[in-house]
Amino acid sequence: MSEVAIAAMTAELAVVGNPSSLHAAGRRARKVVEQSRELVAQALGAQPADVIFTGGGTEADNLAVLGLFRARRAANPDRIRVLASAVEHHAVLDPVQALAINEGAIVEWLPVDADGCLDVGALAALLADHADSIAFVAIMTANNEIGTRQPMAEVVRVCAAYDIPVHSDAVQSVAWDAWDFAASGLATAAVSAHKVGGPHGVGALLVSRTTTIAPVLFGGGQERGVRSGTLDAPGIAAFAAALTDTVASLDSRSQRVRALREELIAVVHEVDDTAVLNGSADCLPSIAHFSFPGCEGDALLMLLDAAGVECSTGSACTAGVPEPSHVLLAMGASPATARASLRFSLGATSTQADIAALADALPGVLARARRAGQMVAR
Amino acid sequence: MKVLAALSGGVDSAVAAARCVDAGHDVTAVHLALSQTPEARRSGARGCCSLEDSRDARRVADMLGIPYYVWDVADKFSEEVVDDFIAEYAAGRTPNPCLRCNERIKFAAVLERAIALGFDAVCTGHYARIVNGPAGAELHRAVDPAKDQSYVLAVLTPTQISYSMFPLGDSTKDEVRAEAAARGLLVAEKADSHDICFIPNGDTKGWLQERLGVSEGEIRDALSGEVVGAHDGAHAYTVGQRRGLGLDVSAPDRARRYVVDVDIKTNTVMVGPPVLLDVDFISAQRPIWCGPVPPDAMTVAVQVRAHGETVPAEVTILDSAESPVIAHLTDTIRGVAAGQALVMYDGTRVVGSATISRSSRSPRSSQALADRSARA
Repeated sequence: MSEVAIAAMTAELAVVGNPSSLHAAGRRARKVVEQSRELVAQALGAQPADVIFTGGGTEADNLAVLGLFRARRAANPDRIRVLASAVEHHAVLDPVQALAINEGAIVEWLPVDADGCLDVGALAALLADHADSIAFVAIMTANNEIGTRQPMAEVVRVCAAYDIPVHSDAVQSVAWDAWDFAASGLATAAVSAHKVGGPHGVGALLVSRTTTIAPVLFGGGQERGVRSGTLDAPGIAAFAAALTDTVASLDSRSQRVRALREELIAVVHEVDDTAVLNGSADCLPSIAHFSFPGCEGDALLMLLDAAGVECSTGSACTAGVPEPSHVLLAMGASPATARASLRFSLGATSTQADIAALADALPGVLARARRAGQMVAR
Repeated sequence: MKVLAALSGGVDSAVAAARCVDAGHDVTAVHLALSQTPEARRSGARGCCSLEDSRDARRVADMLGIPYYVWDVADKFSEEVVDDFIAEYAAGRTPNPCLRCNERIKFAAVLERAIALGFDAVCTGHYARIVNGPAGAELHRAVDPAKDQSYVLAVLTPTQISYSMFPLGDSTKDEVRAEAAARGLLVAEKADSHDICFIPNGDTKGWLQERLGVSEGEIRDALSGEVVGAHDGAHAYTVGQRRGLGLDVSAPDRARRYVVDVDIKTNTVMVGPPVLLDVDFISAQRPIWCGPVPPDAMTVAVQVRAHGETVPAEVTILDSAESPVIAHLTDTIRGVAAGQALVMYDGTRVVGSATISRSSRSPRSSQALADRSARA
């Protein structure tokens, strides 16, 4: 967590008070939450009333997917169609799948090109054919594995023509891109505190005032009745402090990290000229994603970890078995290529020394991972 | 040394890894995901690839302060162990999947990958000892006879043995449990796994029938030739089996009858008195030597089941692809099924193993049996 977030959180931890209570301690806690709501809104170009605090980005995405679908279908039973990009985070993919399995939703997975960029033409065609039966469209602002930014302005424009609400998972993007939720035309956007230096387990769903969303959690009616549950005042205060700090330093940090990313890419290509950089040119500064032909991604990860370089492959199943990334597969990569891929993440604390450590470790690591890769192929 | 410790989520591999860390090695833990559809929870003593086991393994690694990874060997396991298990039963043999897994997965695919990745050894929680002998690393029985697992390791080659570490070989199970508890490892009280890990409910017959189908056939008495019952698939029966036969006609002397032969071609199961299970001649194929190739004729002790009895035998190695290993036992041994491993011991040292193809009673002991029944 960033220093400002730790300071904001620890200041609140020692203070008793449930923001929903009417007594003095409750009022005090409520004040902290509402100030935080204003700060979050301000940082993201939203109105305070747009901010629904949640227990993290995944909950925010689930609330958007389930809440939009249920509200839209309740208003018009014909609206059972969900359009989502094939490269969404599992926090969107899985609730969309659940709607298909449990609530009769018809799902159209929108294709992406080889760089992971949405095919807006395919979206426009589906809108033209099915506008009357579409509940909502979900497109992430930037991909969490490869960093590709999606053409959100175009997406919102084509959907607006049919008055279809758009949800966007903005969890990856808020730390690097300036946000103006009001101007974006989005119905909902999910953000997470830990991606901006705040605590884990805190996030928010931004919901525009013209959007109706059905609750997923029921109880005390907090957060406009959309998200019941006692508010985590210390976590929310830390989130607001971290986000405010992040947004204030957005340009300088993005520039610095983008320069590190360029260095990292140069280092990787110098060591291995067969390595393929994945993602589009319009890409977050924080992610450099490569495929290393003939290597096994999980062997690379393990060997780099042993050398003190932390990186990650796609996702793992509940037992911890690494699986080929659905993002790479959607981009047209073979399962073998998808398995031979690795994401390097850069953040506010990354340094040139980290890049130098990677440069030292990579040649030996690649040689070993290729030997292990040959074994798998045999 | 850089050591890769296989953690199953059980107590043995946890203590083995802990001892490896204490010995000063640079240890990395790996949990092998063997099942494509892992059960959420461990059911009794069964299964070694449930989500609960994977979590337990991770907890052990965290407590030991070592990195932890999951290696997905489910496809290879399915191909090399599960498919082979089905094919062997379909052919009327009784395979031992643990041996097969050690031969093809744990000490082959996993060990090779570990070496390629720069590890010097693989450590497991097997109860067996590696002893430095005149010709290199030797595989020996564990000191705890109740837990000795040298039988299922008798498929390892000298090279594989030289890259293996079995830190529990000098300990008893009780000592290992006590040590796990003293180290604060939460798996200390976890039940031992016994049954076949990929048949979570333990119903091997039902599991095989799902895959091999139901095919009704006769159960015949081996002595009288009389039909004494019916079965729904001969492949689900194993020589030496007594339970679950459901015979309609009891033996004249009301004696218990056992499966004495399974004929897949005619889908017939033969039952008879236990004396028919006694054999003293075994031929076997696909020998694997755990040390130097032994002389063509040798006196060893043979064992045909995990934790089974051993019998001294004269073993001859022939230049024959069909049955390169033949064993004349000095005494009879009961219930030898084709497909099981014939493991040969010289004292506590494992000489090697071979897969049993045929067993019978030698003419000499057949005569003795005939004399005995004549007297009765």
